[in-house]
Amino acid sequence: MIYLELFLGFLRVGFFAFGGAYAAIPFIREVVLAYGWLSDDMVSYIIAVSESTPGPVMVNMATYVGAVKGGVIGAAIATLAVVMPAFFIILLIMVVFKKLLKNRYFIAILSGLRPAIIGIIAATGVYMIYKNIFLTGNNASFAFDIKTAIFTAALAAAYFAAGKLRKKSVSPILLIAVSAVAGVFVYGF
Amino acid sequence: MAAIIELFVTFFKIGLFTFGGGYAMISIIEDTCVQKKKWITDEEMLNMTVIAESTPGPIAINCSTYVGFKKKGLLGAVASTLGVILPSFIIIFIISAFLDNFLEIKFVASAFAGIKAAVGILIVSAAIKMFGKLKKNALTVTIALSAFAALAVFDFFAIHITSIVILACAAVVSLALSFAGKQERAGDGK
Repeated sequence: MIYLELFLGFLRVGFFAFGGAYAAIPFIREVVLAYGWLSDDMVSYIIAVSESTPGPVMVNMATYVGAVKGGVIGAAIATLAVVMPAFFIILLIMVVFKKLLKNRYFIAILSGLRPAIIGIIAATGVYMIYKNIFLTGNNASFAFDIKTAIFTAALAAAYFAAGKLRKKSVSPILLIAVSAVAGVFVYGF
Repeated sequence: MAAIIELFVTFFKIGLFTFGGGYAMISIIEDTCVQKKKWITDEEMLNMTVIAESTPGPIAINCSTYVGFKKKGLLGAVASTLGVILPSFIIIFIISAFLDNFLEIKFVASAFAGIKAAVGILIVSAAIKMFGKLKKNALTVTIALSAFAALAVFDFFAIHITSIVILACAAVVSLALSFAGKQERAGDGK
């Protein structure tokens, strides 16, 4: 029952992604891989597509996965599922729990969740880079890809250096565009 | 009814013209809903930002639900939330029909091989930025590092444990320490 799976999977994402787009990526990746909806590579691609198109990244990714797995109905179900927790929690806070944000237990829980999310995001990013460089054999078996290692290092160095020079971080879309053009030259010939 | 349609159209435009979601959207919403439309006050905007950051889900959804509800109750919340997601829904739905075929073109596949490297970098740098803004004390730094280490080790050995388990542990530890801290302070007579 793909519709039910999409609904439950993205409801989980919407419910646990504290802190916006990047907080959702680890959960989306987990759900998508656990159900076998898309390959790991495809997850990376849709992250890039979602970053480069308008709208919330989480919503974009839910729509994409839903559309590929269940057509327009699947897309609608996954999208609604990912936004539902946020929608109802905001209503609850505005109507019933007006003091929730000042509740010390809520604050205590939140101050534990925030750093945990950061750790989870960092680990997910590091693992994706590691996999892209070291697990390039068949079925993600160990195989070191020196070309990708150098490419990634150069791209990261350029990204952080440009951020430092401009004293303002480079927009994700710009990095994605540069990496796409560079990718054509490095992998295309 | 006119007010409901106006909410829908305004948030549709916000959804259509903000790239990257989240924080980019907050500044556009501020500009539109506080400065131009005067739907909410500065203080409400600030309050809303805090709520959006403290609750799960897309920040844009949190904000549009908040403004819609303030303005026109439940119907307003539905209109502005649907408005903000509809543009990206349509755009992504169209892209989803083409992306697979598109990836079979050789130079597109090469471009995406490059993009794959960029995505990892973006995610790590987002985490670094969030860590920079985190209120740091022994507890928060320990939780961040433990969560990182736990997930990294599990990933590395291909053990399947969901991040939700890690989140739950962090919440429990933080809550337990807050109880313990209260006891201690009570004991100190402070």
